Amino acid sequence: MAARHTSPAAKIGFWLLVAVLLVILLFPFYYAVITSFKSGSAIFEVDYLPAALSAGNYTSIFAEQPFGRNILNSLVVSVAVVGISLFLGLTAALALGRFRFKGRRMMLLAVLSVSMFPQVAVLSGMFELIRVLGLFNNPGGLILSYLIFTLPFTVWVLTSFIRDLPAEVEEAAIMDGAKPWTLLTRIFLPMMWPAMVTTGLLAFIVAWNEFLFALTFTLSNDQRTVPVAIALITGGSEFEVPWGRIMAASVIVTVPLIALVLIFQRRIVSGLTAGAVKG
Amino acid sequence: MAEGQASSHRKRRVRTAWLFLAPMLVGLTVVAIWPLARTVFYAFTDASLSAPGDYAFLGFENFAVAEDGYWYGLITDPLWWNAVWNTLVFAAGSVAIEVVLGVILALVMNAEFPGRALFRAAVLIPWAIPTVVSAKMWAWMLHDQFGVVNHTLMTLGLISTPIAWLADPDLTMLSVILVDAWKTTPFVALLVLAALQMLPKDCYEAARVDGVHPIKVFFGITLPLIRPALTVAVIFRLLDALRVFDVVYIMTGNAESTMTMSVYARQQLVDFQDVGYGSAASTLLFMVIAFMTALYLTAMRADVMKEGR
Repeated sequence: MAARHTSPAAKIGFWLLVAVLLVILLFPFYYAVITSFKSGSAIFEVDYLPAALSAGNYTSIFAEQPFGRNILNSLVVSVAVVGISLFLGLTAALALGRFRFKGRRMMLLAVLSVSMFPQVAVLSGMFELIRVLGLFNNPGGLILSYLIFTLPFTVWVLTSFIRDLPAEVEEAAIMDGAKPWTLLTRIFLPMMWPAMVTTGLLAFIVAWNEFLFALTFTLSNDQRTVPVAIALITGGSEFEVPWGRIMAASVIVTVPLIALVLIFQRRIVSGLTAGAVKG
Repeated sequence: MAEGQASSHRKRRVRTAWLFLAPMLVGLTVVAIWPLARTVFYAFTDASLSAPGDYAFLGFENFAVAEDGYWYGLITDPLWWNAVWNTLVFAAGSVAIEVVLGVILALVMNAEFPGRALFRAAVLIPWAIPTVVSAKMWAWMLHDQFGVVNHTLMTLGLISTPIAWLADPDLTMLSVILVDAWKTTPFVALLVLAALQMLPKDCYEAARVDGVHPIKVFFGITLPLIRPALTVAVIFRLLDALRVFDVVYIMTGNAESTMTMSVYARQQLVDFQDVGYGSAASTLLFMVIAFMTALYLTAMRADVMKEGR
C-alpha cells in the first residue's frame, strides 16, 4: 500500500522501514555466521563485517565432542517422526475426511485439543512410559514422545485436504470394487503429495528443534540430539563459554533448515496458515 | 438397493472408518492421554524421580496442607506465584509486541514494491531458526562485555556503560520477551498476511479516490476486517506463551527473575527429583491452559453456529 502513495517523503519512509526490518530480521544470524569463523581472542572484538575466516570452530566441535553423532541422532529421530506421523495421519484422515460416522467432529476437536497440552504436563507420565518401555537415553524414546506434537496438526491438515478432493474419484473406484486400503494407496495418496510435503516438513522442523523432551529423556553425550548438544556446550569454566564453537554448531544445524524453508516457502506458509485458520 | 443391504453397507463403512482411525487413536492415547493421566495421578503422591514406583498417596498435600498452624504446598509457595506472575508478564508482553510488529510486517509484505519476494523470504528466516539457536545467538549478542548490542548502543552514544541484559534481574525478562518476539513475530505476520490478501480491493479504491489518509484507512477499514485473523493469532500465541520453556531456560536457566510455570515445574521434577510436587505444578498449568482452550473452542463453536454451517 505504502509504495503507491507517491509523495517522496512517504517513499523514503517506507524504504527506511523496509531497511530497518531487514536488519532486525537478518542481522542476528549473519552475526552468528561471522562469529563462527573467528578464532582465539578475535571473538571478543565486535566486528560488523566478516573479519576472519578460520574454520577452527567447525573442526573442533566435531573433534572434541560427538557432534556428528548428534546430527545423525537428530536426523534419525526427525525422519522417523515424519514417517510415523504421515502414516498415522493419512489413515486417520481417510476415516475423518471421507467417511460419515457419529463422533467424527468430536474426534477432530479431541485431536486438536492435544496440541494445546503443555509439554511439562506430560513430562512425568512420559518419563515413566519411556522408562517402562526401555527407551530412556535412546532415540526411540524421542521418536515416540514427539508424536504428541506432530499427530494433531498432521491429522488436521491431511483431513481438511482429503475432504476437499472431489467425490467422483472415490465413487468410480468403489464401483470397480476397490477396498479402502487400495483406495487410500492408489487413489488418494498420489493426489495428496502437496499436503504430505507440507505436513512432513512441519513435522521434521518440530522434531529437529525440540528441546525439553530431548533434554530430559537422554543422558549421555552420544545419544543427544543437536539442540541439547548446542545448549550444553560449555568451556573449562563458567567464564570461558566457547561462543565460537556454539555459533559454529548453530550455523551447521540452521543452514539446512533455512534452505528447506526457503525452497518450500509456499508449502510451509500455506500449511501454517491453514492449520491456524481452520483450527 | 434393498433397505437391509443399504444399512449393512453403512455399517461396514462405519467399521472401516474406525479401523482406519484406530492406529492414530492408539498413538495419541499412548503419547498424550496416558502420560497426562499419569501426571495428574502423580500430583497426589510423593513419588520421586529415582524411584517412581515407590510412592504414597498424599491427597491434596502437594497443593496445600496445614501443619502446626502453618500452610505448606504449591499454592503457598511464593516461588510458584512468582513463576505464575512471570508467565503472565511474559505472555502479555511477548504477544503484545508480536501483534503490533506482526501487523507492521504483514502490511509491508502485502505492499507492492521491487524485492517483495526477497523480503517475504527474509521474514521466514527467524521462524526457521531453532529456538535453541536463536536463544544462544541473542545471548551472545546481548553479552554484557563483548556483545554487539552494547557495543552498538555505546558507539551511538545511547548508553555510557554496558548493560547486563541477562544478569540484571530488572532486565532479564525484557530480554527474553524481545528474543521470543523476534522469533515468533513472523508466524503472526503470516497469519495476518493471509487475512490481508483476502480483503476486498474495492473499498481501498474508494478510499483512495476520496483521498482518505492511509492511517485512517488502516484503522477504519483494514483493522476491523483482519480482526478475526488477529484474534486467532493472539489465542494461538497466548496458549504457546503460557507454556514457554525453551527460550527462558536456555537464556537464563532457573533464574528467579524469569522463571515461568514450565521452568518451575521442570526444576521440581528433574532437578529436585520431586515427581509428586512437580506433577502438581504441571497439573495446575494444564488446568489453566485447558480452561483457556475450552473458552476458545466454545467461542469458535458459537461462531460456526452463527455462520449457519
